[in-house]
Amino acid sequence: MPQVVIAAEPASGEPSSRLRRDSHSTLWTKGFVAKLVLLAMADALGLYGVIAAWAVRSWPILAVLIPALLAVNIVYFSRRLTPAKYLVPGLVFLLVYQVFVILYTGYAAFTNYGDGHNSTKADAVEAILAQSAIRVEGSPALDLAVLRDGDDYFFLVPDGAGGALIGSDGEALKAAPGARLEAGRPVGLDGYDTLSLGDIIAQTAVITAMAVPCSDDPNDGVLKTPDGAVAYAYIPTLLYDEAAGQLTSQADGAVYADSGEGNFISPDGTVLQPGWKTPIGFRNFTSIITEPSLRGPFLGVLAWTFVYAIGTVVLAFAVGLSLALVLNHPSVKFRRLLRSLLILPYAFPAFLSAMVWQGMLNPQFGFVNQVLLGGRWVDWLGEAWLARATVLVVNVWMAFPYMFLICTGAIQSLPAEVEEAARVDGAGWLRTFWNIKLPLLLVSTAPLLISSFSMNFNNFNSIYLLTGGGPLAQPTDKAGATDILISFVYRLAFGGVNRQYGLACAISMLIFIIVAGISALGFKRTKVLEEMN
Amino acid sequence: MRRSLAVLTTAALAAGLLAGCSPSDNPPTQDNSSAPPPVTATITVWADATRTPIITAMAAQFTADTGVAVDVVQRDFGSMRDDFISQAPTGQGPDVLIGAADWTGKFVQNGVTVPVELKAADFSPVAIEAVTYDGKIYGLPYALENLALFRNPALAPETPATMDAAIAAGQAAVAAGSAKYPFLLQTPREGGDPYHVYPIQTSFGAPVFGSTANGYDSSDLAMCGPEGQAFAAYLAKLGSEGVLATTMTADITKEAFVNGESPFIITGPWNTADFQAAIPDVAIEAVPSAGGQTASPFVSVQAFFISAKSANQIAANQFVVNYLGSKQAQLDLFKAGGRPPALTAAAEDPAVTGDPAMAGFAAVAEQGVAMPNIPAMDAVWGDWGNTESALIDNQGDPAQLWDAACASIKEKIATS
Repeated sequence: MPQVVIAAEPASGEPSSRLRRDSHSTLWTKGFVAKLVLLAMADALGLYGVIAAWAVRSWPILAVLIPALLAVNIVYFSRRLTPAKYLVPGLVFLLVYQVFVILYTGYAAFTNYGDGHNSTKADAVEAILAQSAIRVEGSPALDLAVLRDGDDYFFLVPDGAGGALIGSDGEALKAAPGARLEAGRPVGLDGYDTLSLGDIIAQTAVITAMAVPCSDDPNDGVLKTPDGAVAYAYIPTLLYDEAAGQLTSQADGAVYADSGEGNFISPDGTVLQPGWKTPIGFRNFTSIITEPSLRGPFLGVLAWTFVYAIGTVVLAFAVGLSLALVLNHPSVKFRRLLRSLLILPYAFPAFLSAMVWQGMLNPQFGFVNQVLLGGRWVDWLGEAWLARATVLVVNVWMAFPYMFLICTGAIQSLPAEVEEAARVDGAGWLRTFWNIKLPLLLVSTAPLLISSFSMNFNNFNSIYLLTGGGPLAQPTDKAGATDILISFVYRLAFGGVNRQYGLACAISMLIFIIVAGISALGFKRTKVLEEMN
Repeated sequence: MRRSLAVLTTAALAAGLLAGCSPSDNPPTQDNSSAPPPVTATITVWADATRTPIITAMAAQFTADTGVAVDVVQRDFGSMRDDFISQAPTGQGPDVLIGAADWTGKFVQNGVTVPVELKAADFSPVAIEAVTYDGKIYGLPYALENLALFRNPALAPETPATMDAAIAAGQAAVAAGSAKYPFLLQTPREGGDPYHVYPIQTSFGAPVFGSTANGYDSSDLAMCGPEGQAFAAYLAKLGSEGVLATTMTADITKEAFVNGESPFIITGPWNTADFQAAIPDVAIEAVPSAGGQTASPFVSVQAFFISAKSANQIAANQFVVNYLGSKQAQLDLFKAGGRPPALTAAAEDPAVTGDPAMAGFAAVAEQGVAMPNIPAMDAVWGDWGNTESALIDNQGDPAQLWDAACASIKEKIATS
């Protein structure tokens, strides 16, 4: 955006323009119009977000959105802050897609979020009450007309004797003389308006909340309607005491109190479903240490994860670099064609490649055994060490084109003088490569190697789709031979009765710390490398 | 954001309606004219790829009748259950969801669906059992799906009385050179396929869970014990004889049967069309018993659920219970989906009973059992399937492997 101003400067042509330029209105250049349009769109989107967040009372979103919106406008309408103009879009995306996700994962790691603890306490109470209401035994389904008088709504139901009964929320049914019925179905009563289906749907919240007592005896139940056309009599088996925050059983008077752990529990230990999401401190983290099913395989899985991630990067880099060197040599024919062919594995979606490989490695029917090995039985993914080697090879196959690409680019940008100087000094090909070219290549590719390492550290797809973490030494083992941390977490957090998002987040945070630490260390080393050269 | 928009729209609509209503208030509106009512609300329905076009087409009539627009959103079936559970509380979820009835327990456990009022007697009992949790009905069942035995009459002219007879007939066909595999059953190694093996297991009298009057009982893992061990030994025997192999994936077994390489395969209605195209006289029969008792496959029931957080409960109920629960709607769903309807009146319609494949599957469904809908079922699949793979691969003493699986599953259920 600042170029707009600079470009406009000579056009205005006078030195005093600096003073007049505090208003942009004088500079209706194409760039300025584009900026206005883009900002207007961003503002409209932001404003919509603000209104939407306001409507659902989502204060945290408002607290972030409003300052962010102001900041964007200040940055782009300000005449200074030039660096910010370049950085803001990236920063916004970084905040939304990285920082927020990490913070939210961090928050969830300290909660019991998972099956049975899925929402708020209010939602849980609502669900428990809906689930616990039982139909009054033998009570019929009553055809219903919903009536309105001013702001009050009424249920009009047949009394079973040709007449009708009327009642409203909290006010028991009583005879409604003069009610009109059509084929036994009540349709209206003088002094009231009968709601059409459209009206009923528009008032869904009010009408579904209505509970019309069948009589003054609470044991007769209350009428409720799920669809605005038929009413059923229910007896609530649990009552919620809002002040005390507890539920009381109508049958035996048992009190279900807030356990402090996100559910209602009775003195005899009965827990009501669902519970709700609530902070539970460090329990998810401590369970990583105390839980034997976690602790046992953890170190082995961690070690294999490092081998897998480092092995993939090193091998793929070696393969990619070798091919790049070979195909960079002028004497190789069809270089362009060969390069395109080598990039092919990169062009397929990784999950598709993994599944195709799995099929090709089927010991009985797979292409590898059937065609390449003439029908020999090699159980590529069925034996621990062979499976580890196989997933590594397949992953290298999927990763090397990327390395090939970046190495080709890096080699071509190496200054030719360097190689020439080395040759003049009498260095052989190997020495030139090892002492001159490789260090120079590493300067530009090391950051990519580090990011590739962190990517493979969490390469869930290739493991999950190829072996599912297996083979398992025993079918009931908690971790298989090729399980990396992330697939192990998946098995643990989602393999039992309940999916435990809180636990999964806690382990994910640990993985994040490991990967972030190693990456930080790696980037520091890269800097040293840069300074060396 | 979508919810807030809905809130605003509803508010605007409500205001408009109130304003619009006032003049016509005095004479109660009695006009039952045929003019379609104006659109007053929109409900969002999640459906998978196969059912999205069907629901979209059926919803047009519903919209014309009631003035409720239906927005059908196509979702991946595999991730729909968990997506719904995590999105419903945020208000971003749909009003209605098409899913498998065995999700019911998870939905109730998470409080994301509401009970519905159905006339249970109008539906097939197994369908009602599948959507019932803790004594309450949570979804509208609309179709049944179960496995059956497909037989290629050219290779095995007679219906086998027992599994052993079937395998013997298959082995005879292999010996005669007319077939390559005696019997086809998909049992991939990673995770196994206990769903497909289940009829064999139940024929030994080893269902996963025991039941009480209130449905399946998660504290009673009935597959453990001598019956289960006998089944484990049988599976190991089939593995060592080469009848079953963990190299047999779904694709491989299907292709082999289509190519006429085996007289038998246990599979579901999703393969009917391809099989009938390849083998016009293919027979659909009950899975023969291996252990002496009835070989009951799981009957998985497809159902519509209403979100507990739907702001359109009334419209959603109208659509699901009153509209999709009708005979015509169930027949339409049958025509498009090719699964026997759950509504008895629709299932007895000549359109259904006249279809031989449907009649075959429906007959097998009668000896099937509802797929457990209790949350504890989630803890069973992994160990169960991996252990069956280990049995087929003969990786140890069958009884020990089976007991280890039972111990592991029991521990998972106990610690949940």
